[in-house]
Parts: sequence; structure tokens; C-alpha cells
Amino acid sequence: MNAHKPSRRGVLASAGALGLSLQFVATQSFAATEGDLARKKFVFVICRGGMDGLTVSPPVGDPDYARLRGAIALHDEAPKLDSTFALHPALAATYALAKAGEARIAPAAATPDRARSHFEAQDVLESGVPRVYGSSSGWLNRTVESLARARKVSALSVGPVAPLVLRGKAPFASWSPGRVVDASARLPILLQDLYRNDPVLGPALARGLQTEVMARQAMDSVAQMSPDAMAATPSPMGQTGAAGAQAYQRQGEDAARKLGETLAGFMREPGGPQIAALSLDGFDTHANEGAATGLLAGRLAYLDALIDGLHRGLGPEWKNTVVAAATEFGRTARVNGTGGTDHGTGSTALLLGGALKAGGIVGDWPTLKEAALFENRDVAPAVDMRGLLKGVLAEHLGVDRAALESTVFPDSAAAKPVANLV
Amino acid sequence: MAAPDPSLSAAIAVTRFGLGARPGEIAEAAHDPKGWLKAQIRAEGADQPVEASPETAAQRIAELRQFQQQRRAFKQAAADKAPQAEPARDPVKMAQKLLRQDTAQDFLARARLGATTAAGFRERWTLFWANHFTVAAKNLQCALVVGPYENEAIRPHVFGRFEALLTAVETHPGMLLYLDQAQSIGPDSRFAELVKARAARFGARGPAAGRKLGLNENLARETMELHTVSVNGGYTQADVTEFARALTGLSIGGFRGPAGQVGETVFREPAHEPGVRTIMGVRYPQTGEAQPMAILADLARKPQTARFICTKLARHFVADTPPPALVDRLQGVWMASGGDLAKVAEALIEAPEAWAPPEEKFKTPYDFVISSFRAAGAEPQDIRQVATILTALGQKPFDPGSPKGFPDDTASWSAPDAIVKRMAFAQAFAPRAVQGRDPSALAEQALGARLTPATATAIARAESRPEGFALLLMSPEFQRR
Repeated sequence: MNAHKPSRRGVLASAGALGLSLQFVATQSFAATEGDLARKKFVFVICRGGMDGLTVSPPVGDPDYARLRGAIALHDEAPKLDSTFALHPALAATYALAKAGEARIAPAAATPDRARSHFEAQDVLESGVPRVYGSSSGWLNRTVESLARARKVSALSVGPVAPLVLRGKAPFASWSPGRVVDASARLPILLQDLYRNDPVLGPALARGLQTEVMARQAMDSVAQMSPDAMAATPSPMGQTGAAGAQAYQRQGEDAARKLGETLAGFMREPGGPQIAALSLDGFDTHANEGAATGLLAGRLAYLDALIDGLHRGLGPEWKNTVVAAATEFGRTARVNGTGGTDHGTGSTALLLGGALKAGGIVGDWPTLKEAALFENRDVAPAVDMRGLLKGVLAEHLGVDRAALESTVFPDSAAAKPVANLV
Repeated sequence: MAAPDPSLSAAIAVTRFGLGARPGEIAEAAHDPKGWLKAQIRAEGADQPVEASPETAAQRIAELRQFQQQRRAFKQAAADKAPQAEPARDPVKMAQKLLRQDTAQDFLARARLGATTAAGFRERWTLFWANHFTVAAKNLQCALVVGPYENEAIRPHVFGRFEALLTAVETHPGMLLYLDQAQSIGPDSRFAELVKARAARFGARGPAAGRKLGLNENLARETMELHTVSVNGGYTQADVTEFARALTGLSIGGFRGPAGQVGETVFREPAHEPGVRTIMGVRYPQTGEAQPMAILADLARKPQTARFICTKLARHFVADTPPPALVDRLQGVWMASGGDLAKVAEALIEAPEAWAPPEEKFKTPYDFVISSFRAAGAEPQDIRQVATILTALGQKPFDPGSPKGFPDDTASWSAPDAIVKRMAFAQAFAPRAVQGRDPSALAEQALGARLTPATATAIARAESRPEGFALLLMSPEFQRR
């Protein structure tokens, strides 16, 4: 790679090496022409590993917070949202959006799963079905399926592994940073012929090639990147010394911001996806979680940079956008013996976007009183994740309410759609 | 079921049970495909990668701790501007050595074993267990021990009793590091009491100030959820916490402990939570290390454990949706033999389901890359030849990203983007791999009776030898096993 004329693709590749995976989905390249709803955009961010809501949006005004959290409690360094909640200082761009009425927190959101297993809880979060392994498709795929009956809609998976939330009957393309294939070469054409009757490889190759072309166009429309982001290719396995760690972190944030901008570029393309999902991993903080700085602060800085990139990249389209960031479960209210927290229940979900209505926290705050903790250890669930998502999908994307209850989130009658978000 | 075609059986033995055919391998297996597979089962376990580092996991951990100490001293000396008694080793260079050299060498040695071994089934069987008992390179420490962990804890035990494998894994320093067991302390242990007493005596500025000690549930939970009885195995949160208490004391030796134990697994009696533990309805009155060992032995023997792992085995070797009758049979053999993994492997080889076409298993990126080298009769010479493509396809070397390991189903590995990247890899790989050879002959060697007329025709009509070889690698039958 040329250090003086860095390619944007190179930056994206380095993001991949950081364990930052990004997904968005496109059914077909439709021209989005029908009315206001066709402009509406939705991005779902999966924060994998069990993101600690009490550090994302610390309830600094809750009288039990500092005692329960001890050394990892945040204090004045976290800017305040209201008399109870603050945001982690690494979430600076998110905080600016919140101040502008374009970001809100749901501090005690939870899926219906209570097993505290990453894999079960991620399955329930992504399938949208209240039983573990109850569906081989995801709620976002079924959302696309439902919308496609009424209007042209597309979505795209970016990243080498398609996440469950996007898998299902509605076809999707996927893209992730990597080498470009020469679509004019013979091999793709020969293979398309060889895959004629192959139910897996045939459709996958066709969509993959289509998306490669779209990716190049989208990236050409993204603003010029900063050259220092390409100073070095980070090693995927660690860093050397504190300075190295800082540079590594900055590089990761820069790459995350570029990924957000590239995703935004895709979504602004004519015929680009209106629906996207991406995932960030590394939130499983059993040890040395840290407070204002440290392990979790680093992951939150990536998340914030990604959101910042989306916000900047979407520009005038931000007003048509809602971004939801959610995790499979929260973590224990008390610190464990190794400066971290174990698997819990309720956690913070973030809603962002110019399409949001301004407002306070979403859902009630169950508080951290001993008697209020779920099973005497976790933040009690106050908002069902499905209700939160149903509210956004209905009010923002105009998903049919009957379809929401029957196919997108089956058996979710108990989780009433949260109203007045958009 | 009709009597299986013997030439098809040979191709299945080498490509589905094994890691893909090297030229001539299908012919070797043809006289007795089942016998060829069974001959790979041996009491001494898996092969060790020939070029494996002589360093043990414990030595790696000791080396890293020494490096961390030196780095502190280096910084202190710089801060004090004091002349250093001896020039400290440059900490940056040392970390680079640790990562680039050691971890990359471990992974390359494993990939080269995969590309060259004549016992492909033995290696696939081993990789299954390494993935089942994942230690992932989530940070520098873990990256350094994954390779030695596989070689020390997994490879010797893959054809022994499951209980021995489980015990070796859960007490290996690699696993103790990865799942945060090393610092877990019994809240009422003598050690915790001592720290509390010191804190009371010296106050906030004393030697133990700020030191918070207690349990970490991670190893206990994942041992139950992912390694043995599985999430539906009938345990509760209380069982996890009880097991975590029982595991306290199991740790890694440091510089303050006895010499010669740095980096080794140690049992620190003073950190062990005293008392009787009750897990899944069973009381464990044992004291000390005997207590967690008794619990592990019981978990190993549970029918839920057999069910869970036999289901995973059937999924790995036969189909994403495992035939229930096969799972039942494997579980029966497991229980009757007391978890004898050699017997379970034999039962799998005898299973008619495993020999029935069509092939349903879509190759993981590792399978695809290793089998590509095997089809060419080649082996990777440099870590980048495998690491770059595996990372791009979402199967980062030694780093599944979670203790669940890499997924084992078609949907996870067949995203449109991944197929395009496989094609790009095949295009780049083919010219060097095919050399002056005939791609049609190589296809015959690689797939035997599994080669379809459509693929054979496409290869025969290819415009160049590399194009023909790339078509072979990307053919529907080569992408599956």
C-alpha cells in the first residue's frame, strides 16, 4: 500500500483487523422514489458481549450507584443528561447529539431472555422471537420482507459473516472491506454458470458481485480521508506499550469513523440501502473494565466514532435516520472480584438520529436499590427491547402494525410498542 | 440405502472426514476407506505440529510477565533519569517478537501440519476439539498461549476419555487466563480475610489499599454452558456461582510464588473458598483441589454432556441439521464406553449417514484454504498466505471472538461478500499452485468420484491452467465436503 496516497479501502481493511465488523443489507438495487417513507433510514448496531449499561449511561444521581460500582463508578467526568443520568465521557459525539435532542437512552432495556448466556441472548435479540433458537431468520430481515410488499426497500450486510438479524427469506447482499474483484474477468461469469443450480453459491455470488460495484461507487463519494490513518497497519493481536496502545486506539476510532461515513455513503446512493445493521464486539468486560478510561471506554470510543461517522456522512439525510444500538444483556450491578462485571440483565439501549423526537429517558428507571435489583444482582428490565424496536419500526419506517405483531416480532403482545419516539 | 459406490466412499473419507485430498490420497484410501480412517485413531492422540515452538504455555506466560516487569522498570528508569545498570531490552521490540514471531509461528506450524498430514481425519477431529474448547487470542497474553494450549491440553487427549480431556483443558494456564479464572478469589478464603485485615490495619494507604478481591464466574459458566452440559443442561445461576466458588484457588504461578512455577497452573489453597459446595443437586464435601476436580469429573459423565457434544460432532461431520438417529447412536456409544473418544470416533466412521451423498457441509474458511493447499500438493510458506484470507473471510487465526468458537454451519460462511473473496483468493492462488500441471488431472485427484460432469467440463474448457484450477477450487463440490 502506498503511504502517500492511501486508499480508503486500506483504512476499512484495518478496521476489520480491529475486530470491528460492519453489516448492512440490500435486497436489490431499487430506485427509492416513493414518497417520504422511502427516504427513511434505519441502522441497527449490535454491541456484542453484554454491554454494561451502568457505564454507558451511568446513573450518577442514583443514591446506590457509587456504592455498588466502587472503583469503576463514574463521577463528574461524565457529562449529565438529567438529574439522574450521565453519558460516558468517551461518548462525546453521542452526547452532543443528545444535547441537540437527537439521542436518547433507554437505561433498563432487555430482551425476553434471562439465561445470561451470550449466545442465547444474542439469538433472542437478533431473531426477535422470545424462544432461544426459535427462528432461523432475524427480525430485520422480516421487516424488509414486510416493507417489500408495500414499497421498494433494500438492505445490505457488510462484514464477512452475515448476522442472524439480517438472515432470512428476504434476499440480501453483503459487503465487507477487502480486495476488489475484477468483475469483467472470465472467472465470475464461468462460476455463475457453474452455480446455476446451486441454492447457496448461485445467489450469493450474484449479489456479491453486484455489491462490489456499488461499494466502489459509494466509496468514491465519501469525503477524502485523513492520511495519518494509514500510518501503519495495526496488528490484530495487541499493542506495544502505552503510546502504541493510544495510537492503536486512535487508529481504530478513525477507522470506525470512516466505516460510519462509508456506510452513510452507501445509504445516500440512489438505490442504496435504507436499512443497515452492523456489529461491534468486545463488550464482555469480566475483568479490568475501567471507568473513564480503560477497556470499556475504548470500545465506547469506537462506538461513538462510528455514530459520529454516520452522522457526518449522512449529512442532510440524518433527519430521515434513526440508529438503534443495543446489546444482548447488561452486567451485574456490583463489581466482581476482578475489577469487572459478570453477565446481567437490563442494559442501556441508545437511540440516535435526526428523525427522533426530543425527550427524556425511554422507559422507567427501576433504580439500584437492593430490593429493585433483578435476582439481587442485575439492573431490572423496565423496557422490552422488542417494544422499543416495534415503536421505531412502526413510527419511523411505517412497518404495518399487524405484521409487526405477527411476523416481525411474533408472540410479543406483552411488549407494547413504545410510542412517541419519532 | 443402496450399497455405496467404493470410489465415492474413498472420496468422502478423504474430503469429508479428512481435510481434503492431496494428489494420490484418494487412491490410497480406495481399498478400504473405513479402515483407512480407523487406522488414524491412536491412543497417543493427535500429531504435534512439526515446527511447533519448544516453548510451553507456562514459559510464554513467564516471558510475558518478565517483559511487563522490565517495561515498568524501563519506564521508571526513564522517569528517574537514572543510569541503568544494564541496558534493558527494548520493550517494543520484545512485544513485536512475542506477537509476530511466536503466535504467527504457532499458527503457521498448525496450518502446515493440516496441509501436509497423511492423517487428515485425525487432524480434523483435533480441530473440532480445539474449537469446542476455544481459547481465543483476545489479547496479547492469550494470543501467546493459544498455540501451546492446543498442543499441550488438546492434542494428547483427543482419543482418550473425555474426562481426561476436560480436566486437561480446564486446568491449563491458557484456559485459566482466557476465562479470567487466574484472579478469582474465594470471598471468605484465608487470603481474602488477610487482605481485609491488612486494609483495616493500614487504612486507605496501606499495602492492600484498593485491592478488591472476589469471584469471577466466567470459567464456571462457560465450562457448564459451552464445554459440558450446555445451556439446557439443567443448571441454574446458583450452580454457576457455586462452581465458581469451588474453582477458586485454581490459578497461575507468579514471581512471588515458588521458583519454577511461574506461568504454571497452581492451586492456591489460601485463595480457595472453604466449605461444602452443592452443584446440580450433588454435595461436594471435598477440600482443596479435589473439590473442583470432583465436579469436573461429574460434569464429564453427565448424559447432557454426551448429548450436547455428540450433536456437535454429527453437525460437524454430517450435516448442519444432524440426523437424530445418528446423535442417539453416538450418545449411546459415549455413555456405554464412559466417554471413550476413540470409540465415539469409530462409531462416527461406522455411521451410514456420514457416507451418504450429497455432501451438505459447506467448508469453513480454514477448511477451504487448507484443502486448497492440499489439492495443489503444496503447503503455506509464510503466515500471510493463510492469515490474510482467513481474516478477510471472518475466521481470524486463533481468534473466534468468543468462547463459543467458530460457527459450523453454511449460513455463517456463505455470505455474498465471502463468496466473492473466496473467488479472489482462488484467482490469486491458482497461478502459483497449478504450475505446469493439468487442472483436469488435479481435479480428478482432489475430488475423485465426487467430481461432477459440469465441473469437469468447465475445467476442461478453461482458457488457461490457472483458470481451470481456480474453477476447481470454486466448484460447488470443492466448496463443500
